Amino acid sequence: MGEKIISLKGIKKSFFIGKPNELEVLHGIDFEVNEGEFVAVVGESGSGKSTLMNIIGVLDRQTEGEYILDGIDISKANDKKLSEIRNKKVGFVFQTFNLIGRQSALKNVELPMLYNGVNKRERTKRAEELLEMVNMKDRMKHKPNELSGGQKQRVSIARAIANDPAVILADEPTGALDSQTSRTVMDIFHRLHKEQHKTIILITHNKEIADECDRVITLKDGMIINESKGGKRNGIS
Amino acid sequence: MAFLDNILLSLESLKANKLRAILTMLGIIIGIGSVITINTVGVSLSSTVSSSMQSLGATTITVQLTQKSEDDENTNQDVKIRKFADSTPGKNDLITDKMISDFKNDFKDKIQYIELSRSVGTGTVSNYDDSSSSTSVNVIGINDDYLKAEEVEIIYGRAIKNKKDGDKAICVVSDKFVEDALGLNPKDVVGETVTITVNNMPKTFFVAGVYEYEQETVSTALKQEVTTSFYIPIESARIINGDDEGYQSFKVVSTADTDTSAFLTTIGNYFENVYSRNDSWTASASSLESLISKFTEIMETISLAIAAIAAISLVVGGIGVMNIMLVSITERTKEIGTRKALGATNTSIRWQFITEAMVICLIGGIIGVVFGVSLGIVISKLIGFSASPSISSIVLALLFSLFIGVVFGYAPANKAAKLNPIDALRYE
Repeated sequence: MGEKIISLKGIKKSFFIGKPNELEVLHGIDFEVNEGEFVAVVGESGSGKSTLMNIIGVLDRQTEGEYILDGIDISKANDKKLSEIRNKKVGFVFQTFNLIGRQSALKNVELPMLYNGVNKRERTKRAEELLEMVNMKDRMKHKPNELSGGQKQRVSIARAIANDPAVILADEPTGALDSQTSRTVMDIFHRLHKEQHKTIILITHNKEIADECDRVITLKDGMIINESKGGKRNGIS
Repeated sequence: MAFLDNILLSLESLKANKLRAILTMLGIIIGIGSVITINTVGVSLSSTVSSSMQSLGATTITVQLTQKSEDDENTNQDVKIRKFADSTPGKNDLITDKMISDFKNDFKDKIQYIELSRSVGTGTVSNYDDSSSSTSVNVIGINDDYLKAEEVEIIYGRAIKNKKDGDKAICVVSDKFVEDALGLNPKDVVGETVTITVNNMPKTFFVAGVYEYEQETVSTALKQEVTTSFYIPIESARIINGDDEGYQSFKVVSTADTDTSAFLTTIGNYFENVYSRNDSWTASASSLESLISKFTEIMETISLAIAAIAAISLVVGGIGVMNIMLVSITERTKEIGTRKALGATNTSIRWQFITEAMVICLIGGIIGVVFGVSLGIVISKLIGFSASPSISSIVLALLFSLFIGVVFGYAPANKAAKLNPIDALRYE
């Protein structure tokens, strides 16, 4: 295994700080991810996995503890730096896709590169390549509402890797899909992992899907209660 | 993120909500449109007026006897009574030949012509073809400069030369009068006599010259109703009129390189001084230019009033833009969250929405300008002036609409920029 990409130490997260209804959601998480790893985080709803995901994705800051992403100490970064980290280091794949409805698949994939200051020609070229990789090139001019769920998720995976991020963060990527399209989407993740050695963190509550990953971390009530080896692939690669 | 990308993004989002965008622009369209309309009509009007100023005689200054106002310092009870009793100038109040020649000597280099005239009254001539009907003329005694200053063109014969003609009974008549009343060819009439009835007395004049009658305005009047001028030497007019020695008014045509408005003031002061010892009368100077400047002042006041109304409409339009931007941002909360997750900074989100507000306002402004210029041209054409929209005010209007976009787009854009990415992503 390669170097440490993500290192969380004693991460705590509280909401409504200083108010009577103060609530600690994460009670001290220690968690590391190495480069090229494919990790699944599982847990029931309310286990704190979304909160953890937000912290890993730099959408939110921890209340306590240390988080180092690709050598950058997140607690010391300002808002602008956080935007830059989200842009360059993290690739998000959402359960509800979150594609921008008014824009074509191609434009959606270009978006992270737009915020990264890549010029238009290069942007379009790379977006086309990425869409080809997820087998969506023939539909790149279509708008999201003209695409099926699986197609949308493939577009959003292409978008996630546009800036070649340090980590791909997939939050229930198959949650809104049927089993067959889930399979296609998972196959793409496996391909990214195997062929391009991408670091992927997948959050899911589907045990079968989680077991396909290298490592499975189980979260309950804001604590890591179990860590197990995965790698049980039962599908086609 | 480049500015151009923001513009394209704005256009896309406007395209997604066409009707809403147009309704939002309406305030801006009406505001800018009305300003441009008024501006186009105003500019057309004043450019037409000033271009016709020369032909109307902007360099002509009229010096006229006027009554001194009652609250003048040296007005006493006596004078007041006299004023109420008599509102026409007395014999001693009139402008004399002496005053005029003194004046002419003092301002030789600035005066091109001095027009003196004495109206004798209406003269009538029985028509050649029907003695029961008659043609009227205005009998006017004139000095040598008069015809030149009025740009009257002698087509046959000669003009009046007072030194030579003195009080001789000669006249210069219009070609129209010759044709209509005498039934003669204008070129044959020079040297002939014509008898007209003035003040119930028949007078016979030799025709010295014929001038070309210029129809001044479009009129539906019949031939017989046109009254042309019948010019005679000024001395002859004085004899016919009897004993008045002076003039109630005369006209000064300044030389081309003289500043008419400054000269107007000079003349006014000059004659005020001349009449300083007269209790109730003075001579004041006025010109068409001073009338035009008054007219321009009125136009400016009207424009200002309409501009104020348009400004209110623009502010209301701006509030409309702000409102719709707030709605749009609420609708697009999830999109904003997504953009932030993908690495958009607060600044780039803020610029995205400010640009969108600016694009709405600019498109509204452009439509308003097109609408305003067309309406302005139509109105100018209807009034009968040539339309000339002013480029500078169009540019100004467009810049102003952009400014409104920034002002009213800033607050919503800032709200969008400050959204918390997690809350925004979770927003349904």
